[in-house]
Amino acid sequence: MTRYILKRLLQGILTVWFIATATFFAMHAVPGDPLSGDKAMTERIRANLEAKYGLDKPLMTQYGIYLKNIAQGDFGISFTQENRKVNDIIREHFPVSATLGILAILFAGVGGILWGALTALYRNRLPDTIIMFLVILGISVPSFVVAALGQLSMVNLNTSAGFSILPIGGWGTIWHMIVPSMVLGLSTMAYLTRLMRSSMLEIINSDFVRTAKAKGLPATRIFSQHQLRNAILPVITVLGPSIAAITTGGFVVEIIFAIPGLGRYFVEAVQQLDYTVIMGTTVFYGAFLVFMVILVDILYGYVDPRVRVS
Amino acid sequence: MNNRHPRNENEPSFTQSAARQLLMLAAGAVVALVALMWLLQALASLVGSSTTAANAVDVQNNSITIAISTEPPQLNSTLATDASSGMILGHVMEGLLRMSMDDQLEPGIAERWEVTETQAKFWLRDNAKWSDGVAVTAHDFIFAWKTALKPETASEYAFLLYPIKNARAVNEGTIGLDQLGVYAPDDLTLIIDLERPVAFFDKMVTFQTYFPLREDFYLQTAGRYGADAQEMLYTGPFVITSWVHGASLLLERNPYYWDQAQINLSTINVGYITADATARLNFFKDQRIAETVLLAENLQEALKQRWHIRREQDGTLFFLEFNHRPSRSTRNYHLRRAIQLVVDMEELVYKVTKLPGYVPGESLFPAWLPGVEGKFREEFPAPKLQLNHQQALEHLALAKQELGLQDIPPLALLAGDSAVADIQSEWLQAVLKTKLGLEIKIDKQIFKQRLAKMTSGDFDMVLAGWGPDYDDPLTFGDLFASWNLNNRGRYNNPDMDQLVSVAQNSVDAATRMQAFSDIQQLAFDDIVLLPMYERGVTYVIHPKLKNVKRRVIGADVDFTRAYIDPEGV
Repeated sequence: MTRYILKRLLQGILTVWFIATATFFAMHAVPGDPLSGDKAMTERIRANLEAKYGLDKPLMTQYGIYLKNIAQGDFGISFTQENRKVNDIIREHFPVSATLGILAILFAGVGGILWGALTALYRNRLPDTIIMFLVILGISVPSFVVAALGQLSMVNLNTSAGFSILPIGGWGTIWHMIVPSMVLGLSTMAYLTRLMRSSMLEIINSDFVRTAKAKGLPATRIFSQHQLRNAILPVITVLGPSIAAITTGGFVVEIIFAIPGLGRYFVEAVQQLDYTVIMGTTVFYGAFLVFMVILVDILYGYVDPRVRVS
Repeated sequence: MNNRHPRNENEPSFTQSAARQLLMLAAGAVVALVALMWLLQALASLVGSSTTAANAVDVQNNSITIAISTEPPQLNSTLATDASSGMILGHVMEGLLRMSMDDQLEPGIAERWEVTETQAKFWLRDNAKWSDGVAVTAHDFIFAWKTALKPETASEYAFLLYPIKNARAVNEGTIGLDQLGVYAPDDLTLIIDLERPVAFFDKMVTFQTYFPLREDFYLQTAGRYGADAQEMLYTGPFVITSWVHGASLLLERNPYYWDQAQINLSTINVGYITADATARLNFFKDQRIAETVLLAENLQEALKQRWHIRREQDGTLFFLEFNHRPSRSTRNYHLRRAIQLVVDMEELVYKVTKLPGYVPGESLFPAWLPGVEGKFREEFPAPKLQLNHQQALEHLALAKQELGLQDIPPLALLAGDSAVADIQSEWLQAVLKTKLGLEIKIDKQIFKQRLAKMTSGDFDMVLAGWGPDYDDPLTFGDLFASWNLNNRGRYNNPDMDQLVSVAQNSVDAATRMQAFSDIQQLAFDDIVLLPMYERGVTYVIHPKLKNVKRRVIGADVDFTRAYIDPEGV
């Protein structure tokens, strides 16, 4: 097991190095640079700025310096937020995105499993039809529409109630987290519901369930121990990558709900060509994603003894 | 048995029992989620990102809550270039002079001043203090300006200090900082030698780059000045007491500010930061914020709700800039004239984009600019354009003849990636195709790439915009001087250069305004550019909030003199 984990970690580090290198050269190949702005500047001032940020050195030298720095865990200083370290930006804003992401994934996971099991139980009956219709809606409507609609409905709800039921933006208390995390988790929940439903249907008709029934096991035991537990496996498999996707992909929700998460900085950095922030967030997110995938693979071994690797 | 389809094996009693169990699980999950949220909140508060859920206007606490679209990257006044930094700095800092509510120059930290052709002299008031109670002195200004001009600072706006003697040479690193033409004979007197006569130098000192910095404090922050609330000192009506990055800024009244009588609000809570205007409007609807911009699609609703709607121009001119480089067909006068004669900017503004508050562009100089006594454009009206399709076709024929071409090759129109830019470039494409048979290739680029292409001259026409840096027509007037690096189309005309020189070097208002008028005429006659529109801003404001000022230069929106009228409806 230890050897397996070590091997996977090594592969992970290689992947992150590849992401870092590809991003570095792609970023520098894009026309324009972080120093250009609305107002033109003289050659000499430009040279001063380039020297300040080390952009006057050859690209390969910059790449070497940059690799050395990230190996030491230093992502440098932001170009646009001139006094802030990229490490500080990640440290301050990732917890917010992570909180939002964890809540959203829990919401999606719990909801997906429950709804999925329910639709399987009531297959082809009214609850199933209604929920599966909503699922299609949830999967196909893009997140910025869901976010805007969610916010607007909350405003209307607050207005008609005459007081603020739930805040429609900002960050700080659990009340602030509810609407955005539900919005963020919605499409994943819809997707998981479908997955859970089909997995559950397969299990219901499997031999071991029939055996359990034949043996006369109580219904509650068959349902929770034999059906749910086995049907959850595929859901857990996709949960890992979805955690990363949700945590990193929340920028639309972060902008609409005015949440100080890292996703916003990531997207703004790309627009501003803020080299250090782009690199810092990409490498960080890349490492995070790779780590989550490894973690899920290891966890999977514990849940399903069949795939345990020696 | 074996022939039956093996579905629906669950008998009703099993389904019921399972559903009951599922319900129990759901209840358990909800409890667990709530518990987890509390835990996460506790953890999140350790990291320290929180916003307060205050009301838009809080009469009792004399406080308001607002939203801004982007966070100031940092608040070091020598480095700040963007609008949101300008807005916050305008509330927490004051320079030598300031602009009044009716856009007149008035004393700030300096109680009197005098500007001659060679020198500017400011007498500082003795009761102006920093937010830690220490007096503001002339040295604080000298230190700030030297900091901005130091090559290592690499300040983008250092050029605004170039009217000071030797400033440019200091900034470029050719001479030492001690050669800069500023002196403080005593703590309260500031003397500035001018590089050349600058008629509007007193107006320039209201700008953020001219704000003071206190040396001892600045050095103590070790390069982090303006990065956080406690990493800076304030001279203005408010101080920042809390700054949670990406989330909020809390501005509270500065007890050391010298002009307390002018200030009414106790607190300005910048509670939300989001670039999404629709989200900000939702905050406004939800009574979370006191002011926000209104988009065209929300105008009907705003009218129905009887919100307080205001309209103003934000001072920015948008124009079609031609590439005058010799390799481009747009260098040809007749081609540009033909385009000018068929493009109807009133149609663009009123029928195509239909954005509230926008007005068709008529001149290089937007309508808000000051003239000799009143507004420049009232004193020197822009030349009136008569559209003429027939003449346009004649000019097009001449253009083809002069260029020696059968057909004009497709023209590259460089444009931004916004929805508005799409509409405008497609409209322009259609107009030039139908009226003149010209092929237009739209080159849509994101901001940075568009800038790179503008600088390298990789375009025939570009949808460009220019926002003013200071309150004088020169901020637009020198745009097409051959030496101006912002002249991206490389327009090069000795007549233009001559006129710009007159406007730059004279201190006589009448002479200068005449020069600007001549520039306005030349820009029209030689079709240096096609003014498209002056951008407007439409916004809604809480009925209880009064005396809010929109500014073209300086803090916009300006809440420094705002007050709450509890009776307002």
